[in-house]
Amino acid sequence: MSSNKKIISVRGLTKIYDMGEVKVHALRGVDMDIQNGEFTAIMGHSGSGKSTLMNIMGCLDVPTSGEYYLDGVNVKDMTKDQLARLRNQKIGFVFQTFNLLARTSALENVELPLLYNPGIKAKERKEKAMHALEMVGLADWRHHLPNQLSGGEQQRVAIARSLVNDPVIILADEPSGNLDTRTSFEVMEIFQQLNSNGITIALVTHEADISLFASRNVIFRDGRINREVKVENVKNARLELEALPTDEDNYL
Amino acid sequence: MNFLNLIIIAFRSLNKNKVRSLLTMLGLIIGVASVIAMLAIGQGSRDSIEKQISGLGTNVIMIFPGASFRGGVASAAGSALSLEMEDVEAINNECQSVKYTSPVARTSGQIIAGAHNWNSQLYGVYPEYLEIRSLEIESGNMFTEVDERRASKVCIIGKTVVENLFDEYTDPVGQKIRIRKIPFQIIGVLKEKGQSGMGSDQDDMILAPFSTVQKRMRGSQRNVQQIYVSAHSEELITKASEEIDEILRQRKNLAKNDDPPYMIRTQTEIVEMFTSTSDTMIVLLASIASISLIVGGIGIMNIMLVSVTERTREIGLRMAVGARSRDILRQFLLEAILLSLTGGFLGIGFGTLSSHVVSSFAGWPVIVTSYSIVLAFVFATAIGVFFGWYPARKAAGLIPMDALRYE
Ligand SMILES: Nc1ncnc2c1ncn2[C@@H]1O[C@H](COP(=O)(O)OP(=O)(O)O)[C@@H](O)[C@H]1O
Ligand SMILES: [Mg+2]
Repeated sequence: MSSNKKIISVRGLTKIYDMGEVKVHALRGVDMDIQNGEFTAIMGHSGSGKSTLMNIMGCLDVPTSGEYYLDGVNVKDMTKDQLARLRNQKIGFVFQTFNLLARTSALENVELPLLYNPGIKAKERKEKAMHALEMVGLADWRHHLPNQLSGGEQQRVAIARSLVNDPVIILADEPSGNLDTRTSFEVMEIFQQLNSNGITIALVTHEADISLFASRNVIFRDGRINREVKVENVKNARLELEALPTDEDNYL
Repeated sequence: MNFLNLIIIAFRSLNKNKVRSLLTMLGLIIGVASVIAMLAIGQGSRDSIEKQISGLGTNVIMIFPGASFRGGVASAAGSALSLEMEDVEAINNECQSVKYTSPVARTSGQIIAGAHNWNSQLYGVYPEYLEIRSLEIESGNMFTEVDERRASKVCIIGKTVVENLFDEYTDPVGQKIRIRKIPFQIIGVLKEKGQSGMGSDQDDMILAPFSTVQKRMRGSQRNVQQIYVSAHSEELITKASEEIDEILRQRKNLAKNDDPPYMIRTQTEIVEMFTSTSDTMIVLLASIASISLIVGGIGIMNIMLVSVTERTREIGLRMAVGARSRDILRQFLLEAILLSLTGGFLGIGFGTLSSHVVSSFAGWPVIVTSYSIVLAFVFATAIGVFFGWYPARKAAGLIPMDALRYE
């Protein structure tokens, strides 16, 4: 891609959940780099520590030990407020369950991160939110409420929300986990599109066919990176979508 | 985060839960409304009492015979003779602060004018009585000292008496009437005064010279039923009443601590007596009403707590996209304040409205003072902050990870 700047760099990362009697070793020493412009898929069985890593990378959680550099800045020892600021300005998060605000229009949902950025005025906020919605192809849906949107559309609104603050990376934890194959592919098509525009993406999935849309696969096992694969023939989501049998085909 | 955004956030989230917002406010609306209504009714009745008692006259001091009932026991003997004409003279001549003095001899009876008759009160008084009671003559003249000396059978009548004895075409002045069979000549008519503070008709009275009533109708008794005095000025009322007490004690050979066989009541005392009971009522009613304010506040806290639990994931999301703890704290606090302010506004509206409804139905006077509005407002906001603080702290203390995962 354009430059070889490291967006994310983790070294010897461990995370232990202290549950009183049991200590859960969710991460047992992870070293990983993500370069600017990369599209990384993190794979692994359930419980292998994928979400834990994502939450630490997204500054939602802190590691038990190890170093984490985000965009060249050591995140260790940052205060809660500084972490909130990092989340606000450097990170876009996409969740499996969309997490849109109910009874709140698509546009207002997308605006949300900007409301917590005092540097952005109302006019700029509206423009950025509209632009983000355009990028996921939902400009005309801006006044729709979440319950008036399909699952795929809701996730696209959530993606628009994650990119509205021009983050250095979008972190998506099983974004297609709640979606059927067709809508999963539609969502992946958007991610590929964003990535081709230069946006760095890290995405968790346990589905092999989804991981093939990314250029690089990191496979987790028991809190460690088991292996890493460079995907030779990255699948094109748009072409895959076209190849999918349509609903009409199924009924015919 | 700037304040405008904060308001946008709080307002949006209240707007999204309109019914719940309204229910939350309900307690506060009722609380504020009842405080406003209670204060309005209380203030209204206080004002009308003051106005009516001021209708008693100017700087009036009244002296009644009989013991003041201290400790529930009437201590002085011979109270029937406790006030005499000599006392009236002494007060008039010796008390520096006293301007006018008039004894009052009161009797009631049937009054006949031609074919009409009416029952009314007859007061035997000195001409100065008019000044003391701030009465005015509408037509004709007041009787004079000459009438007093001669015990002339002349009288002044009030508007109600006029209406009941004469048709509208007859001028009462100069007419003859019989009061308890004794013929009197009407020489004047009093200006209308209206209802008194205690609900009696102040226009239903007849005034005649004191000596006339005392000698001709009360069998020349020596005792005086009542003495009306007016002080030179409002400031001198207390001084005048002290002077009167001193003179009377001297005349009756009473020691300092003896219970006197008479009672002195000043206009100020009477106003205080009535307004203090109405003040007690206001305080009582307002405190009952403010309990509902507090209940309303607890309602806000309750709903805000439910709201924090229910919106845990929302809070998690807000934190995930960059809200700091203090942004969340401020949001929930502001929501509580917006709720209580809106509740306060609506409560003031409803309170004012219901005060006027009460006044038009029950005929009570109501006065909504700006003081009570400010009070209700400050109270409502304080309650919003006070009861909103705990839920807001709870929301702000959530850990983003856990909040996001909350089911
Ligand atoms: N908040 C938590 N408290 C305790 N244990 C946790 C918590 N989150 C995750 N774990 C545990 O850590 C391990 C890794 O979990 P996770 O990172 O969610 O895995 P994955 O996303 O790959 O399924 C699991 O054993 C899980 O039970
Ligand atoms: Mg997971």
